[in-house]
Amino acid sequence: MEWFVQQLINGLALGSIYALIALGYTMVYGILRFINFAHSDVLMLGAFAAYFVAPPVTHLFPPQSYAGALAVLLLSAVICAIIGMLIEFLAYRPLRRRPRLTVLITAIGVSLFIEYTCQHEKVFGAQLKPFPKLLAEQNFHPAGLSINGNDVVVVVVTALLLAGLWYLVQKTRMGLAMRAVSFNEKAAALMGVNINRVISFTFGLGSALAAVAGVFYAMRAQGIEPLMGIKPGLYAFIAAVLGGIGNLPGAALGGLALGLIETFAGGIPALSNYRDGIAFAILIFILLFKPSGLLGKTQVEKV
Amino acid sequence: MIRHGSRRWLIAALVAAFAVSWFSTRFNQYYLGIAIDVGINIILAVSLNLINGHTGQFSLGHAGFMAVGGFTAAKLTLLYGESLYPFSLIVGGIMAALAGLLVGIPSLRCKGDYLAIVTLGFGEIIRVIFQNSQFFGAATGLTGIAKLTTFFWAWGIAAVTIYVIAGLVNSTYGRGFLCVHDDEVAASAMGINPLRYKVTAFVIGAFFAGIAGALYAHHKRVLQPDGFNFIKSIDIVVMVILGGMGRTAGVVVAAIILTLLPEVLRSFASYRMIIYSLLIIGLMMGRPQGLFVWPIFKKNAKN
Repeated sequence: MEWFVQQLINGLALGSIYALIALGYTMVYGILRFINFAHSDVLMLGAFAAYFVAPPVTHLFPPQSYAGALAVLLLSAVICAIIGMLIEFLAYRPLRRRPRLTVLITAIGVSLFIEYTCQHEKVFGAQLKPFPKLLAEQNFHPAGLSINGNDVVVVVVTALLLAGLWYLVQKTRMGLAMRAVSFNEKAAALMGVNINRVISFTFGLGSALAAVAGVFYAMRAQGIEPLMGIKPGLYAFIAAVLGGIGNLPGAALGGLALGLIETFAGGIPALSNYRDGIAFAILIFILLFKPSGLLGKTQVEKV
Repeated sequence: MIRHGSRRWLIAALVAAFAVSWFSTRFNQYYLGIAIDVGINIILAVSLNLINGHTGQFSLGHAGFMAVGGFTAAKLTLLYGESLYPFSLIVGGIMAALAGLLVGIPSLRCKGDYLAIVTLGFGEIIRVIFQNSQFFGAATGLTGIAKLTTFFWAWGIAAVTIYVIAGLVNSTYGRGFLCVHDDEVAASAMGINPLRYKVTAFVIGAFFAGIAGALYAHHKRVLQPDGFNFIKSIDIVVMVILGGMGRTAGVVVAAIILTLLPEVLRSFASYRMIIYSLLIIGLMMGRPQGLFVWPIFKKNAKN
């Protein structure tokens, strides 16, 4: 029982991280109908941004305080939002009217470019770097359990961000514009929506969420390196498909589900070697039997 | 590419390969090794071109098929002796073709981005299975494989691959691949079953990739599951993109150049993947039809 509750909280924290990343995939897919392969690298850049920003910024605050961690998180999110918009502007915008395969290949190219440039010894280098401790390790002990305080922080911050995102998409003018572009780009343009601005904003928003997820992920990991984003990126993508790509609540739900599956499968020794295989098996299974995902709508192909 | 008197070309190529192989002891062994690499990469690129180029099903799992063929063939010659080498090539190809059948089936449901991810997933699943299989030496892989791949085998089979795939695509039946590439809905309206063509493309492409894997195993003499990761698939994809998707001649040229280039530019090894990724992005923006489509190739190679 104790084992179960601890795995549950651990899984929820991991799932929250996946959910944050999955939202970026799903928002971009909802608007542009393509998978932004470079998203997992934005997440890595978020962790690296925090790595470089943290030493000077945390000096201004009491050591390992929430305010200091929040400042680092915000700065890293802003940096990544700018990077995300830049990627869209430089790589994807010139190709917007091209066949989808062209955009897909470009996205893979952008992802490889970021990964290998960062791996180069003159940039970040391929070796593992220790991530600064933003928050003190503290464990709660309610009813004989041992709960990691940072896991709770991750879950709470994610919940707040999800609520904020929901408000943004449902209640603001920009959210309305995003939904309009996602529904029908041409009609939205005719109604006076500035398509380029909406797409830019979506990339920035998704990248900021990815940066937050990257910092959280780095806090739990051994250290950070330029390929660290691939695994969470892939799992989050699977989560987005599981929830129904293009669907925001679906992405959050899929992320949580995948985090829980991973922690529980990882806790069973016989399955832990096959963990990555299992994630892909889930993906293939969904695509075979319910490609629209848990909450997605089935789309009819028009000629 | 090959149509009139194509059989004569094939026989000439085989004789030439045999002649070079006959005198191979007189050549510098280092250059001979690279020449065999080139032959193997031509097989890989031309077979992937059938899937990605001619049929338009963007696959990122070619290294997985290669692994299946390589491990099967290597295990065969390790267990039952070197005399089984030609037989092991065929068995490796057939096992890879079976894997291709398995991967081809999801392609009924998935398109574009999804297919790319699913094939990537299958490639990774194949790798994880080999990594955990004691029979195939788990993570260390297979060692002590006999060196049996000669210039004749590599280039002879490369010639056969080009002959079969170019001949297939130019045949009445093979026009169906191009139809599926251009417009699936229109193809099925014309009585062409897109599903069957896609699966056929996967099976044939995987078959030759499996043979290439078997040749590779008996050339390098060491097989590790990690050698068949996503990056290996990307290497082959870059050859196809650079040569021009669906242009056999261009792809052959690209395979030759991209195998020789890293050898010539040893000192740039750390920049190789950065250059590849920029190449992909640049080609997609400026020349999506590929680099090697000159007028001389256009008449025959453009399909």
